[in-house]
Amino acid sequence: MSEGHSTYTPKTGIGRWFDARMPLPRLVHDSFVAYPVPRNLNYAWTFGGILSIMLVAQVLTGIVLAMHYTADTGLAFDSVEKIMRDVNSGWMLRYLHANGASFFFVAVYIHIFRGLYYGSYKAPRELLWILGCIIYLLMMATGFMGYVLPWGQMSFWGATVITGFFSAIPLVGDWIQQLLLGGFAVGDPTLNRFFSLHYLLPFMIAGVVVLHIWALHVVGQNNPTGIEVKSKTDVVAFTPYATIKDAFGMIVFLFIFAYFVFYLPNYLGHPDNYTVANPLKTPAHIVPEWYFLPFYAILRAITFNIGPINSKLGGVLAMFGAIAMLFLVPWLDTSKVRSAVYRPWYKLFFWLFVADAILLGWLGSQPAEGAYVLMAQLCTLFYFAFFLIVMPVLGLIETPRRLPNSITEAVLEKNKGGGGHPAGAAAAPETKG
Amino acid sequence: MKKILTSLALVGFVVAGGAAIAAEEGAQATTAQPTHFPMKELQEMDWSFSGPFGTYDKAQLQRGLQVYKEVCSACHSLDMVAFRTLEGLGYSEAQVKAFAAEYTIHDGPNDDGDMFDRPGKPSDYFPSPFPNEQAAAASNGGAAPPDMSLLAKARGLERGFPQFVFDIFTQYSAGGPDYIHSLITGYGETPPAGLKIPEGTYYNPYFDAGVSLKMPPPISDGQVTYSDGSPETVDQYSKDVAAFLMWAAEPHMEERKKTGFRVLLFLILFGGLVYMTKRKVWSDVAH
Repeated sequence: MSEGHSTYTPKTGIGRWFDARMPLPRLVHDSFVAYPVPRNLNYAWTFGGILSIMLVAQVLTGIVLAMHYTADTGLAFDSVEKIMRDVNSGWMLRYLHANGASFFFVAVYIHIFRGLYYGSYKAPRELLWILGCIIYLLMMATGFMGYVLPWGQMSFWGATVITGFFSAIPLVGDWIQQLLLGGFAVGDPTLNRFFSLHYLLPFMIAGVVVLHIWALHVVGQNNPTGIEVKSKTDVVAFTPYATIKDAFGMIVFLFIFAYFVFYLPNYLGHPDNYTVANPLKTPAHIVPEWYFLPFYAILRAITFNIGPINSKLGGVLAMFGAIAMLFLVPWLDTSKVRSAVYRPWYKLFFWLFVADAILLGWLGSQPAEGAYVLMAQLCTLFYFAFFLIVMPVLGLIETPRRLPNSITEAVLEKNKGGGGHPAGAAAAPETKG
Repeated sequence: MKKILTSLALVGFVVAGGAAIAAEEGAQATTAQPTHFPMKELQEMDWSFSGPFGTYDKAQLQRGLQVYKEVCSACHSLDMVAFRTLEGLGYSEAQVKAFAAEYTIHDGPNDDGDMFDRPGKPSDYFPSPFPNEQAAAASNGGAAPPDMSLLAKARGLERGFPQFVFDIFTQYSAGGPDYIHSLITGYGETPPAGLKIPEGTYYNPYFDAGVSLKMPPPISDGQVTYSDGSPETVDQYSKDVAAFLMWAAEPHMEERKKTGFRVLLFLILFGGLVYMTKRKVWSDVAH
C-alpha cells in the first residue's frame, strides 16, 4: 500500500516553502487524504478512528481534572467532590472522563473482536496486532490507576487486591508489590505514584498509537473479505470516503456515550466508590471495573493447586496468560484464510468465544461461590481452548468456502445477487435520507 | 445483518442460560438464617427526578431539608453541602443567610489566637453533630453514622441479570433513594419465626448488610410538623428526605439532564446530515 509516489502537490508559495523544508502537510495529505482504503470496509472499521477521539477526549478532560484534583489520601475524595459541586461544569468533566474510560474499553473490545473475526492479525499485520495489544495493556494499567484516584472504597480495595497479585510471584513478588505501593499497604505514596503514572501512561499510549498507525499505513488495512488489495479498483481514497464514514460512526458512538454521561453517569460505576476509602472496613464484595471482570473471573477460577503452583499463583498466571494469548494469536491461527466470512467453523467458535467472554465478565461480578466457581472454570477452559486448540487445529482441518478473486469481485458479486440492495439504489441516495 | 442478529441471539441465549443456572443456585439458600441481604426487595418509588426530563420537586426538597435538620442531623453529618447551595432548593439569598445564621460555627483562631463561636454564613458547610469520628462512634454503639452528603449515590443494590439491561432503557438510577425510603419505612415489621436478631440491633428486612442494624427507627408519624399540609407520616418523611439526599448527592442533576437533551438532539441532527453526506459520497462506489 505504501508503494507508489506521493500525489501531494503544494498549491501555494507557502506550501512549497514548507514542503521543501519540513513536509508535514505532505505527510498528512498522504496519510489521511490520498491514503487508499479498501472499498468494502464496514462500520466495524470505524472503531480505530473512534478510539483516537476517545484518547484525545480523555487527555483533554483529564488535564483539566488534574488542575483541580489533589493526590493526598486525606484530600483526594473531597477534591473530587469539589469538582462535582463547585468547579464550573466540573460534574460534566468528571462524568465524561469516568464514563469515557468505560467507552474507551467498549471501543477497544469491539476493535479487538473485529480483528479476531476478520483475521486482521495475520501476516503481514503481526506487528500491527502486537502494537495494538501493547496499547491495550497500557490502557488497562491507566484505567486501573485512574480508578484509584477518587479514593473511594472500591478504589482502595481494588488497588489492594490487584497489587496483591504481584506478591504471588515467587522470590521477587513481595519486592515488586512494595515497589508498586511505595510501602507495605496502599497509602499516600501509592496514590501519588498512581496519579503520576496515570498522567504519564496516556502519552505513552499516544506514542504507541503513532507506531500502530505507522505500521497500518505500511501494510494497509485488512477488509471483510480478508483478501489483499490487488488493483486500483479495490480501493477508494481515505478522504472523502473513509473520513465521512468514520465521522458517522463516531457520531453514533458519541450518542451512546453521551446517553450514559448525561442520563446514567453512575450506571457503570460502583456505589461503594461514593464512600471514602476506609482501610479498616472491607466491602462485602470487591469487584473491579466492568472491563476487567472477565480476567477477574479467570483469576478466581483457579481454586486448586497444580503441583508446586498454589492456587493464588495459578490464578495470577491464568489471568496474565489470558492476556498473553492475544499476543500469540498471529502464530496460533494456522488458517490460510483470514476472514471468518469464509470460515464456517471458525465463525461459530468465534461467536462462542464472544459469548464466553461476556459470560466470564458476568461471573466476575458475582461472588466466587457455589455454581459460579464451576461455571467460571468451564468458561476459563473454553477461553484457553479457543486460542490453544481451536485456532491451531481448525486452520488445519477446516474447509473454507470459495474465496472471491478480489475485493472488487466480492463487492460486485454481493451487489448483483444481494437481496434487498440493488446496485441502482445508491444512485439516488438523497431521496432516501 | 441477519447473520449478526442470529449471532447476537446465540450469544444472548448462552448468557441467559448461565444466568438461569446461577439464579437457581441462589434460590436454594433461603431457609433458616439468611445469607443474602436485603431479605426483601426494595420498593421502587415514583420519583420526580427520574427519567430524561426529571426535575427535583422543590417543595419536597424543602420538606426533606426540614426532616434532615430536625431528625437526621442529630447523628448524621452532611459535610459536603454548603449553605449557599440551598438556593437550589428554591430559597432566596436572604432566606439562606437566615438559615445559615441559625447554626453556630466553631471558627478561629482569631488575631488573639483564640478559637471562637460565631453564627453561620452562607459560605459555611453543615456542621457535624460530633466533634470527630471517634466521638460519633462512641455515642452510637461503636460505629459512626455515615455522612449523608453522598448517601443517595453510595447506596443501591446490585440489580442482577436481566434487570441491569432493562435499566439502561428505563434510565433507572434511583437505587439510593429507593434504598433509603425502604429502609426508613422497613422498621416495625415482624421478623420471621426463628430468626436471630442480635442484642441492641433492630430488625429491618431492607438493610443491605444483615438482618438488623444498630440505627433505631429514626422517625415516627407526626414527629415533624409540615407547614404545607403534606401528610405527616413516616412514608412521606422518608420520601422527602430521600429526595433531599438525592439532591445533596447530585445538586447539578437538572442541569445535567437538560444539557444531555441538547447534546443528544445536536448529535441526532448532525448525525443525520453526516449520514446523508455519506450516502451521497458513496453513491458512485459499490461497496
